[in-house]
Amino acid sequence: MLQERIADIAKFVEPDRVRKEVYTDPQIFDLEMARIHEKYWIYCGHESQVPKAGDYYTVQIGRQPMLLVRGEDGKVNVLYNRCPHRGNMICGDRHGNTGEFFRCSYHAWTFQHDGKVRSIPMMESGYAGTRFGKDNPDCSMKRAARVESYRGFVFASLAADGPTLKEFLGESKIAFDDMCDRAPAGEVEVVPNCFRVIQHSNWKIFLENQLDALHPSVVHQSTGRAAHEVEKDIAKKTGKAPLSYHMLSAFATVTIDKWDNFQTLNYPYGHCILTGYMGLRPKDPDTLAYEKVMHKAYGKQRTEEILGVNIHHVLIYPGLSVQSPLQQLRAVRPLGVDKTLTEIWHFRLKGAPEPIYRRSLAYYNLVNSPATLINADDLENFWKCHQGLASDGGDWVSFGRFHGRDIEKPGGMVETGPNMGTSEAPMRNQMKAWAQYMGNGR
Amino acid sequence: MSAKHQHDAEQFLYRQADLLDSKKWQDWIDLFTPDGVYWMPADPAHKHWDGMPAIFAEDKNLMTVRMKRVLHPDAWSQRPLWGTNHVVSNVVVDKAAKNGDLVVRSRFHMLELRRDDVRHFAGQYTHHLKKTKAGYRVKLQRVDMTNAQAAYDYVLQVWV
Repeated sequence: MLQERIADIAKFVEPDRVRKEVYTDPQIFDLEMARIHEKYWIYCGHESQVPKAGDYYTVQIGRQPMLLVRGEDGKVNVLYNRCPHRGNMICGDRHGNTGEFFRCSYHAWTFQHDGKVRSIPMMESGYAGTRFGKDNPDCSMKRAARVESYRGFVFASLAADGPTLKEFLGESKIAFDDMCDRAPAGEVEVVPNCFRVIQHSNWKIFLENQLDALHPSVVHQSTGRAAHEVEKDIAKKTGKAPLSYHMLSAFATVTIDKWDNFQTLNYPYGHCILTGYMGLRPKDPDTLAYEKVMHKAYGKQRTEEILGVNIHHVLIYPGLSVQSPLQQLRAVRPLGVDKTLTEIWHFRLKGAPEPIYRRSLAYYNLVNSPATLINADDLENFWKCHQGLASDGGDWVSFGRFHGRDIEKPGGMVETGPNMGTSEAPMRNQMKAWAQYMGNGR
Repeated sequence: MSAKHQHDAEQFLYRQADLLDSKKWQDWIDLFTPDGVYWMPADPAHKHWDGMPAIFAEDKNLMTVRMKRVLHPDAWSQRPLWGTNHVVSNVVVDKAAKNGDLVVRSRFHMLELRRDDVRHFAGQYTHHLKKTKAGYRVKLQRVDMTNAQAAYDYVLQVWV
């Protein structure tokens, strides 16, 4: 039955609208996990999360519980978090250090950091003459089919075939270049803290909101106004309010019409870049001191190139949202058709002065913590969105804003037209890619 | 440490919690010293509120932003029925300085109703109280929530 309906998957997606079942049907969700998340490149973590041999983090790829682990050889491995003996999960903690090897808590099989079986209790007597033993690969922990990293950001693909990570990322790799280049040392390290927030809505609703330039001044008006009032008050008393107030007040001061000045660049595989800037290059003493360090590291010309990169947000389909100028990253882990976990990380620019770290930290705490002043209203909408879509009040989701006026570029890139920043081109692009992923039922 | 310290500290904590439950946000903010900070660390091992990832790390200005947001008619997430009930207990006066300043530890349990959903939050408060002519004021309130480390089902909108 499912296969019959899925044979018609193309009918679920039209260029300017999408069937509601795409968000609410558990069978479509399972197929998405198989054909998208468990096949293409999924972000697992940053190398600096596991600095020492034996350090591990658990991570969900599609429906698969996985482990990101640093080996003795310095290599980062991605393994299924599953003992090949009886299927027991190997690591029950979210993260930690496993020591020199993994040891299953059920029957004490042990494994190297690359997953290879190391010892089985009383193996000689217990398994003599059976198919089981150290030389049988089925007695080792299964590894992700492919693991690659780009500038320290580790991805895994659970399919042996497919594009390389670089081919897959394409232009969206600028998310990591922009983030790392802003560090005088050319790399970032993770701030060891992950904020985790659950949303009661389909994972695609979150992704579609990321580059939705129409929503901020509607949804975040309350915080924008409040921050603007306090910002003015502080400025009156002390001359200048911290930049973090500006980041919040912009949600109100950048009114709905001004968001058309932004632009989205939409790429194959569903990736998308929102250009535009949040006034992060002011001329205050902290910024000037930072620019001095950058000049020393890169020279004047290259520094200008780096700091002139005009990016607000990069969406890497199907599960990563990166705010490179603020060194924040949100990984999207679908838990079910109507339940999604976001894991939110902040990175430190290596070699940058402390105030630059604190500036982006303020954004991390105010916008991305579980006491967020911003996402509270987004999550409310996501929930309402999912509730509405589950109803029989209509069959379609509309992505028609500025449809027909997108500009198609060579190589499959689609950009929004001049003064059409609120175009729903990112959603159209994501769903076009979705239909292609789902149609490729390898 | 005297019985009076114990009594004064308890009364202060009960009244502060009552202001949250009765949504008297400005009165709650007024209980902080001009440089007072409300802090919920991201990690129980954190020692200082400044420069660290934190769930809350708010001075009075940021508290005012939060209050004004919640009171704004378009704070969509605040439209549904929402309320809390705090119980504060296990009050221990850890330090009483000669000038009357106190360091007080206590345990709290908060029930929240939002729309039809009930959530529970519980943990330890550490209050650094300054004695002023108008009564005690909070210089630093540290909130170590036992379930701060778990994934959040939805988010926190107001101080716990």
